[in-house]
Amino acid sequence: MDRIGRIHSLETFGTVDGPGIRFVVFMQGCPLRCQFCHNPDTWDATKGMEYTSRSLMDEIKRYKSYMIFSKGGVTFTGGEPLLQSEFILEVSKMCKQQGISVAIDTSGYVWNSKVKEVLDYTDLVLLDIKNYDPRVYEEVTGVSLNPTLKFLDYLKEKNIETWVRYVLVPNLTDNLESVVGLSKHLDNFPNVSKIELLPFHKMGEYKWQELGLEYKLSNTKEPDKDLIQKVKEILESNGKKVSVST
Amino acid sequence: MREEWYEFNPGSWTTDINVRSFIQHNYTPYEGDASFLVGPTKRTLELWDKVMELMKEENQKGILDAETSKPSTITTFGPGYIDKEKEVIVGFQTDKPLKRGIMPNGGIRVVKKALSAYGYELDRKTEEIYSDNRKTHNDGVFDAYTDAMRKARHTGIITGLPDAYGRGRIIGDYRRVALYGVDYLIEQKLHEKKLLEIPILESPDIRLREEISEQIKALKQLKEMASSYGYDISKPAKNSFEATQWTYFAYLGAIKEQDGAAMSLGRVSTFLDIYYERDLRNGLITEEEVQELIDQFVMKLRMVRFLRTPEYNDLFSGDPTWVTESIGGMGLDGRTLVTKSSFRILHTLYNLGPAPEPNLTVLWSNFLPEPFKKYCAQVSIDTSSIQYESDDIMREVWGDDYGIACCVSAMRIGKQMQFFGARANLAKALLYAINGGKDEKSGEQVGPMFAPITGDYLDYDEVMTKFDQTLDWLSELYINTLNVIHYMHDKYNYERLQMALHDINILRTEACGIAGLSVVADSLSAIKHAKVKVIRNEEGLAVDYEIEGDYPAFGNNDDRVDSIAVDLVERFMNKLRKVKTYRGAKQTLSVLTITSNVVYGKKTGSTPDGRKGGEPFAPGANPMHGRDKKGAAASMASVAKLPYKHAEDGISYTFSIVPKALGKNKEERIDNLAGMLDGYFHDRGHHINVNVFDRETLLDAMKHPEKYPQLTIRVSGYAVNFVKLNREQQLDVINRTFHER
Repeated sequence: MDRIGRIHSLETFGTVDGPGIRFVVFMQGCPLRCQFCHNPDTWDATKGMEYTSRSLMDEIKRYKSYMIFSKGGVTFTGGEPLLQSEFILEVSKMCKQQGISVAIDTSGYVWNSKVKEVLDYTDLVLLDIKNYDPRVYEEVTGVSLNPTLKFLDYLKEKNIETWVRYVLVPNLTDNLESVVGLSKHLDNFPNVSKIELLPFHKMGEYKWQELGLEYKLSNTKEPDKDLIQKVKEILESNGKKVSVST
Repeated sequence: MREEWYEFNPGSWTTDINVRSFIQHNYTPYEGDASFLVGPTKRTLELWDKVMELMKEENQKGILDAETSKPSTITTFGPGYIDKEKEVIVGFQTDKPLKRGIMPNGGIRVVKKALSAYGYELDRKTEEIYSDNRKTHNDGVFDAYTDAMRKARHTGIITGLPDAYGRGRIIGDYRRVALYGVDYLIEQKLHEKKLLEIPILESPDIRLREEISEQIKALKQLKEMASSYGYDISKPAKNSFEATQWTYFAYLGAIKEQDGAAMSLGRVSTFLDIYYERDLRNGLITEEEVQELIDQFVMKLRMVRFLRTPEYNDLFSGDPTWVTESIGGMGLDGRTLVTKSSFRILHTLYNLGPAPEPNLTVLWSNFLPEPFKKYCAQVSIDTSSIQYESDDIMREVWGDDYGIACCVSAMRIGKQMQFFGARANLAKALLYAINGGKDEKSGEQVGPMFAPITGDYLDYDEVMTKFDQTLDWLSELYINTLNVIHYMHDKYNYERLQMALHDINILRTEACGIAGLSVVADSLSAIKHAKVKVIRNEEGLAVDYEIEGDYPAFGNNDDRVDSIAVDLVERFMNKLRKVKTYRGAKQTLSVLTITSNVVYGKKTGSTPDGRKGGEPFAPGANPMHGRDKKGAAASMASVAKLPYKHAEDGISYTFSIVPKALGKNKEERIDNLAGMLDGYFHDRGHHINVNVFDRETLLDAMKHPEKYPQLTIRVSGYAVNFVKLNREQQLDVINRTFHER
């Protein structure tokens, strides 16, 4: 016990990564290189602050009231939290002992036995599906789509509640046929209780510049209302609840 | 049982004056949602339009009108109306709406100054009388002040003292007039005076006998005033209208004669609900008519006005009156005190639009009915007009019939009052400790002369030793100053009507306060955890500081500094407890600045936390702007650690958040805000102002004030029309931490 985790930052009052008030843990390190990433400073797995699982848990416990009363919990995001599945497993176990709900925001790319174990302690998965077209997926993220779909299958098998997240970027992820495909695909997943449509924004652009990275979407605009509405309607066509972040 | 009390359950209230007993035996807790609420009636809207017109004119002119000769008493002015046909609840402080009266018992110079600031001239004869024939509170105080008191006041280590204006923060139990009628109240006072015919009358007994006589005169005048409006309030109210009108008359009598800083209303909505429920049950009134009574009552409360000087507005900006109404809470028996009228009074913020007054204060408990919690959260999100205080903490100390005076001061209604003591500037005290009692701005020796700190770097233990000594001096001087003030206030400006609506034997608190808590906590943290270099001027006075390294700042739920803040509160309170008070008042402490955090900052030099001289302090118990970096919950957690048992006059925290950061849609935002309040109060937070808006809205309101006549924001224990703040204060609000992640 008492493994070390690398953490980019903590937010004590998150309200957009899962239900209720969330203690949000931004984990360091990510295998994906999404063009629209707004946290590129979490990519490098060697950076960040070190926490032991206990010291993180001590921190989490101090906000228990907020989480319990608002029916919130802890959300691990990043970066890709499942890169540090052993650490997350330890913390998640302790959260369960405290009656604190756990959500994991993941791309579903990382897969191993430890990840499976983590999911035994996970109440909600926020699964980012960056695109349903395998070629576009690879273009956007630099990795392949297949592991993510397999991950989703496993969530269904274990009946773990899942919210699918889709970032809408004009001229990149607005390929509507693939959105139709995604909607049809999700129709087979009763564990998916909600789809979150996240319109692209450029609030992370400055971080790319600070890191000396080339930001390919400088000239991309935020999606207009019509496009958002169109995509929303497609995603809703399978009868699932769709929320749009504003 | 009196005939007006038909269908009411009897209890000890029928034989003694005991409004709490009446409420407990008769109220109807409401656990449902807001769907029963109705909109305003046509005549309410028409009347409100007229009021808005008057307020617009007032905004342009500064004040709408002022009396220049006749000092206000309960009966000075005959009846006044806006539109007699449409007014359901009647009564104004003077003969015209929004016209400001003069109350020179507090001090004639202040009246003169305030009038001339708005282009009016005080009548020569009135001035003469109050200069030559009738001594004022202000004159009395300055006759007795010591040199040390004058100096402390002048440098601003103690400021905002009620030595030239009414002290306020006294809540008459205005409900008594409705429940018992004035004649019975007079009868009881006469009885009690009779009991004071004792063998040897010492000065406290003589004073009390005189006070009771004054109270009785005030009650008689109250009847006279009501009768000028055509109502006989000698008997108890017999229906919904009379209960509301009688309660308002009682309050009106108080504000006709007293212009205390905070003239709070108490806890009337659940009391009135009992009358509304009885009439609704008997088919004598409709929901529309009940809401109309409340809307029109609230409209009158929005029109309370006092004449203030521009200097006063620097301390308490935006023309506040603190007509604080305490709503909800739980009873000692576990039933909620939320009634339908708790909803109705909050609903006025929709029916009449947002407004800073009355200062609607929700007494929050984790045990409140969920639909009420959600409704409160919704109203906060829509209007930013309400504040919340922990009923779970206060009920333990004050029972279940207390009300909030001003911002955060709890008092058992009709059984307790306070000697308002403004606040001591702890940040300045820290600088005095470093400079051997000299003022860091003037170099004047204000505190006791002791050796200043001479090293290049500040040593924590050395600073703490000297700071502790400085606080010994300050606490003694502070209490003694308040003793002078309240002795004179009782003598020259006694609140006879408000005290007539109290029991004879009451608890008095000596309500001290501190400003600059987070500045001092951060300064001490910097000295302890980083290195602080002292910059001195040619006279050797420490005037600035350089910080080498980082230090933990208050507002991040970090015990290394939060424990310093906790210690400061307890340490100063324990010192205050040692000093003897006038009339045996119990010392209490608040961590509250009102809007004077800006003025205090102006008067205070650079501090070791890195704050530059002249920059504002954080308001109340807030962390310093921009230093709380771990999110809203961490900021709240730091504040919640401050111990109420050592700050029983309240701990004020102002919270601003952009709507987006509360959740993705309205429904989520409501749930999350209610959850946040539950979490904060569960963790022993005492008070929170909730503001929900975007910074851009405020910037736009600065540019185009005419577009935002009703934009209301919570500042420190009260709310203001944003457009009424001066530019400096507007910027202070905008620069404050907005939680936006």
